[in-house]
Amino acid sequence: MWSGIGDKLVRIVARYHGLFLEGIGMTLLLSAITVLLGVVLGSFIALLKMSKFRPVSWLATIYIEIIRGTPLLLQLYFFYFVVPEALKFIEFNKFTSVAAALALNSAAYIAEIIRGGIQSVDRGQTEAARSLGLTSRQTMWEIVFPQAVKNILPSLCNEFVMVIKETSLASTFFVGDLMTQFKTIQGITYLSFEPLIVVGAIYFVMTFLLSKLVAAYERRLKASD
Amino acid sequence: MIRTEGLTKNFGGLRVLKGVSEHIKPNEVVSVIGPSGSGKSTFLRCLNLLERPDAGSIYFEGVEITRRGIDIDRHRQKMGMVFQLFNVFPHLTVERNITLAPVLSGKKTKAEAAEQARVLLDRVGLLDKLDEHPNRLSGGQKQRLAIVRALAMEPDVMLFDEPTSALDPEMVGEVLQVIKGLVKSGMTTIIVTHEMGFAREVSDRVLFMDDGVIAEQGTPEQIFGNPQNPRTKEFLSKVLY
Ligand SMILES: Nc1ncnc2c1ncn2[C@@H]1O[C@H](COP(=O)(O)OP(=O)(O)OP(=O)(O)O)[C@@H](O)[C@H]1O
Ligand SMILES: [Mg+2]
Repeated sequence: MWSGIGDKLVRIVARYHGLFLEGIGMTLLLSAITVLLGVVLGSFIALLKMSKFRPVSWLATIYIEIIRGTPLLLQLYFFYFVVPEALKFIEFNKFTSVAAALALNSAAYIAEIIRGGIQSVDRGQTEAARSLGLTSRQTMWEIVFPQAVKNILPSLCNEFVMVIKETSLASTFFVGDLMTQFKTIQGITYLSFEPLIVVGAIYFVMTFLLSKLVAAYERRLKASD
Repeated sequence: MIRTEGLTKNFGGLRVLKGVSEHIKPNEVVSVIGPSGSGKSTFLRCLNLLERPDAGSIYFEGVEITRRGIDIDRHRQKMGMVFQLFNVFPHLTVERNITLAPVLSGKKTKAEAAEQARVLLDRVGLLDKLDEHPNRLSGGQKQRLAIVRALAMEPDVMLFDEPTSALDPEMVGEVLQVIKGLVKSGMTTIIVTHEMGFAREVSDRVLFMDDGVIAEQGTPEQIFGNPQNPRTKEFLSKVLY
């Protein structure tokens, strides 16, 4: 296994770098879509969960708990096989199924990140704003949310890092992400070890760099406090 | 100006206000004193409905603000509040802390509000901090900022909840000085305080709260010089010596 490994790695990268690049592109695209949609949906779910009207907040809780309590792979299967059947009027392709599943999954985690961020803003801030006659909406947008963002952004970046790794599950359906490229190259070359090393290294570099960036960003936020 | 009738407030099973009826007149300066946990803050916070009373009613300038469907935001604009922990907005500059509410409420244009902020900051000696963020201010400066932030809405009454309790001793004076100036200008003021000397000096009337009721009230001379209620006597003997 170890003999000539360096050579094989170099040759695989040289021959298949196009595939790897495509895979990186697809993985990042899928992750970005997941987190962006996740933020939109997650904000909405967080709002529902913070609703004073109990049934609404329960609904959000149920959603979050179901998503967090079942495997992502199961959710992917569900969106790949079941949802397109049930919603025949919408055209699903592989990509939309997978993206929808990933986004809805991420939304549950992001909802909790957002809720946590909002609730960590000192209650005195809300009280001061309301005592000045600001409406609850103005208080949310002008006072609470800008401060919550400071807590939310680093966690969101970390979620993005998590999602980059989780998108690898989408390779089950050959959507062209980085992990799919491993399978493709494995199919052509009958090699497992070497392409895995390459793909693993790429995942590691992406997540490692991003984590470092987030950490640096967090330090800067702390310093500005 | 503010009248309460049978104000009652529970937290869970705990009855914190047990029917408080009180009338604060225009230009009056009222101090609220009493032991910890007696309901002073809760009483004050009920007045602008930061806490919703469970029973009883509050009239502010003739309007019953405890009535359902009332636009409380509009009435709160006329009641400034200053908190023990300042609660200045850390993400906004000193200037924006002051101009935010007048501009958002449509009371002032940006330019008018900015001009007013300068005047107010100058009055409390913070004009040079205009563009700073509050994290660069000392506690005393933060509290002075909080006071002028409330004043920017040109309120008819100011509510203070232990405005100097969280301050280092050397900063208490500067904040009390600002409040004193305000009181002299005729502002209707309700102040919860542990600064007995201050209460004695500036108040028209002192309320002694104990266990969710106003147990005794009177002029500063009566309350501090000749208290009638044994609980008042006991409390004062503890805090004065
Ligand atoms: N949000 C709340 N939830 C539950 N209990 C509360 C809440 N706010 C106040 N209390 C309780 O109500 C009682 C009265 O509180 P309040 O803050 O009005 O007292 P206080 O007279 O202002 O005391 P202090 O001098 O310590 O500020 C206390 O026993 C307190 O623990
Ligand atoms: Mg208190």
